[in-house]
Amino acid sequence: MSTRRDFLKASGFLIVSGAVLSISPEELLAQASGPYPDPDFLQLDSWIVIRADNTATFFVGKTDLGQGTGTAFRQMMADEIDMAYDQTSCVMGTTNTTVDQGGSGGSDAIQTDGWPMRRVAAEARRVLLEMGASYFGVPVSTLAVKDGVISTKTGDTADRSITYGELIGGKKFNVVLTGRNVDAATGTARVKAVQDLKIVGTSPRRYDIPPKVDGSLKWAVDVKLPGMVHARNVKPPVAGATLIGIDEASVKDIPGFIKVVSKGNYLAVVCEREENAIRAARQLKVNWKKPDVAPFPASTDLFKYMRSTTPSSSGKPVINGDPDAAFAKAATIVEAEYDVPFQGHTAIGPAHALADPSNGQMTIYTNDMKSYGMRNGVAEFLKMPRDRVRVVWMDGPQGYGRTAADDAGFEAAYLAREIGRPVRVQWMRNEETAWDTKGPAYAFKMRGGLDAAGNLIALHYDACAADHNHLGYNEHDTVLISQLMGVRKSPPSPGRASLPSDMYAIPNRLQTTRVVPLPMPFETPLRTGNLRDPDGPQVTFAAECFIDELAVAAKADPVEFRMRMLQGAKDDDSGFKRARSIACLKAAAEKFGWDSRPSPKPKSTGDIVTGRGVAYAFRSQTVVAEIAEVEVNRKTGRIWIKRIVCAHDCGLVINPEALTRTIENGLLHSISRALYEEVTFDTEKVTSVDWITHPTLRHDDVPESIEVVLVNGDPNPKRPDLPHYGAGETMLKATMAVVANAVFDATGVRLRRVPLKVT
Amino acid sequence: MAAITLRVNGKTHQVDVEPSTPLLYVLRNDLDLSGPRFGCGLGQCGACTVLIKGEAVRSCVRPVSQVQGAEITTLEGLAQDGKLHPLQQAWIDEQVPACGFCQNGQILTAKAMLDKTPHPTDAQIREGMKNTLCRCMTYYRINAAIKRASKVTA
Repeated sequence: MSTRRDFLKASGFLIVSGAVLSISPEELLAQASGPYPDPDFLQLDSWIVIRADNTATFFVGKTDLGQGTGTAFRQMMADEIDMAYDQTSCVMGTTNTTVDQGGSGGSDAIQTDGWPMRRVAAEARRVLLEMGASYFGVPVSTLAVKDGVISTKTGDTADRSITYGELIGGKKFNVVLTGRNVDAATGTARVKAVQDLKIVGTSPRRYDIPPKVDGSLKWAVDVKLPGMVHARNVKPPVAGATLIGIDEASVKDIPGFIKVVSKGNYLAVVCEREENAIRAARQLKVNWKKPDVAPFPASTDLFKYMRSTTPSSSGKPVINGDPDAAFAKAATIVEAEYDVPFQGHTAIGPAHALADPSNGQMTIYTNDMKSYGMRNGVAEFLKMPRDRVRVVWMDGPQGYGRTAADDAGFEAAYLAREIGRPVRVQWMRNEETAWDTKGPAYAFKMRGGLDAAGNLIALHYDACAADHNHLGYNEHDTVLISQLMGVRKSPPSPGRASLPSDMYAIPNRLQTTRVVPLPMPFETPLRTGNLRDPDGPQVTFAAECFIDELAVAAKADPVEFRMRMLQGAKDDDSGFKRARSIACLKAAAEKFGWDSRPSPKPKSTGDIVTGRGVAYAFRSQTVVAEIAEVEVNRKTGRIWIKRIVCAHDCGLVINPEALTRTIENGLLHSISRALYEEVTFDTEKVTSVDWITHPTLRHDDVPESIEVVLVNGDPNPKRPDLPHYGAGETMLKATMAVVANAVFDATGVRLRRVPLKVT
Repeated sequence: MAAITLRVNGKTHQVDVEPSTPLLYVLRNDLDLSGPRFGCGLGQCGACTVLIKGEAVRSCVRPVSQVQGAEITTLEGLAQDGKLHPLQQAWIDEQVPACGFCQNGQILTAKAMLDKTPHPTDAQIREGMKNTLCRCMTYYRINAAIKRASKVTA
């Protein structure tokens, strides 16, 4: 553990309480002191350090994408160890100082990784109480502990006390944990019952916010190292172009020009100053040869292409009941097609990284949410021993998912090795918007059968996703620089088309899925990768809009239509998703003041019409039900979500305020995707390349009211082991559908293509 | 290269750069001010915003030669005598930032707006802020924080 202790000593760079200080000389020297082995997750000392001043720092293997997870980790761990929130700090995501919990992704930080954090903190409390007992010479059962102070609790004036810091400050626990992997890491102590948690469930303010507001936070974009130089990529002008020749003389006049680096079709320029690297990348004369075959259809032809192309893979059909027979006897059959285009992460700041090749090692400063994966991937890519590579996670512009931050980390590392100096690379806006990984496009065909009473008796969901060669995170053989250098992962990832998430009792159901390839699967700006709630918004758009269409056909109120199908079965899962689905739908309707009637609303005159819609979904164990009220201007086509209600059940809530903010922002992110966002392209390049060609939600679109209702719909809401589920993505799932359903209610026009346009 | 004199947050600096260099790179790379950030380099998003003569200016497209001698304020210069500006305090009170990368531009754009219109209507806030982008979509709380701050500023 000496490396982490050294790091603590060189604490100039520690991310403590959100304040990233400048890089100290010790920190720079620490690079010589590698290698950088993984902290051992079976050592309690890897997780918790207590200082003589009775403060604690928690070391966790996650990253915070601006949702307050760092604050939540402190709350959970402070609660278990019995220290005050303000006595604690949290270090996240740096590969040689924090255990590998995989970084962020899948909204699993609280749901999965929160458990080992709670258990190790409980174990630390147990060990400290034993130390206190032997210090006082009394049994543990006679001791009380509060805010890191252990006291004998006879109620006598002679009661004595000692702090955690006095017992162990500056020393190691030397306690070995058990568990076959980091998720299972545990001591012998048990976590507290929900009823005994005091900090969990309250809303201490996020510690990362003040330095983000006063300008003091140092981000991954801000790191400066002695001798550092700047690089910019030169991307192929059209997808699949081959690099034929470079006229290096065309940039020789640029002050501080250092080098043109190229291998295969990967090309970058390196200069002493940033603005000159940008100039060099634009000025460099390059001869590219276009590919013989168009790499993809134009975005205007995408859905026609997807519906007529032979799949690269198909999912096994999921069949319940006898759909064919049910359709044959249905009184009413409804059919509809839905389309969702490719959408991008399009973070507010483009991808970037700084790599330092000093001392035969490689340190990468990045905001990539999976720093551990980047460490592994870069080691493989550069053929370096894993413990010679270190990834330092810092705050950055977030895109939520498999973003180009992965690609930039590998590029910086490659360039740093080539140049032999620290290299900072940053993508330009057009590169970011065009070449960042995309959420897959989907083409759906839905068919539903109602009986004479308006009950849904048969449903066929058919989904086709353009998701062939879906990228993983930080894979050495799929990052863009590898692809451009000619590496071809074989076989490529098949991708997937996903199924809807609902707990509806539909007696006869057929679900078919397939993936289609684009003509050019590699070196393409239409690389697919995980985008926040990877397929959820697409799938739920089709599924929940179509449920609405069926409710219309049944002349039923859309909340009641759904409620009937949720209540129509008795079986549930162990997380009681059905019970919590019902609770959320009820809570949303109640908060909104839902009046029962079928859609659409009776026709009204005037340019502006209003309507309301509902949609529901779950992700893993977290359930949402959303209701939106929209205004549609029939003259201008403007859709404004005036009010949105989200009933949200993620089990035990750690920090209600931070969670509420995260939900509010997530709803707006999905509204942006519903109304504005689409990756457009001709047959050779992406044409949505900036904030004009790739519009996004703006301040003037903000709803008048966003109302979040935190629901605990567990059948036994007071159970002492109420789990905490993830909450970073579920709210996105239902939102595209809720907007489209409300627009239908307002206008009587069913919009089946994202982004939603009223013409 | 040319010697350029800049007044930033009350201090005078001399830098030796190409006169056409956008102000952003000088602030970030030569003066170590990390408040303004590169978002698009096109003047479209506002992440690079600084205040010059009370106006919110996009430093990514403003040549450094054009701002010689002008009083430039960055996010770092907003607090006075160790006290946060009411907007910064409102940002904390409303817990506005998510990732926070764009918030420099949000705060400084709001500052320029409130300096001219101390008590903006909701419509004025929407209009005044609509060209400053946030991809975490913190707009709802930005709106609330501006209203909160406008009650504090007399």
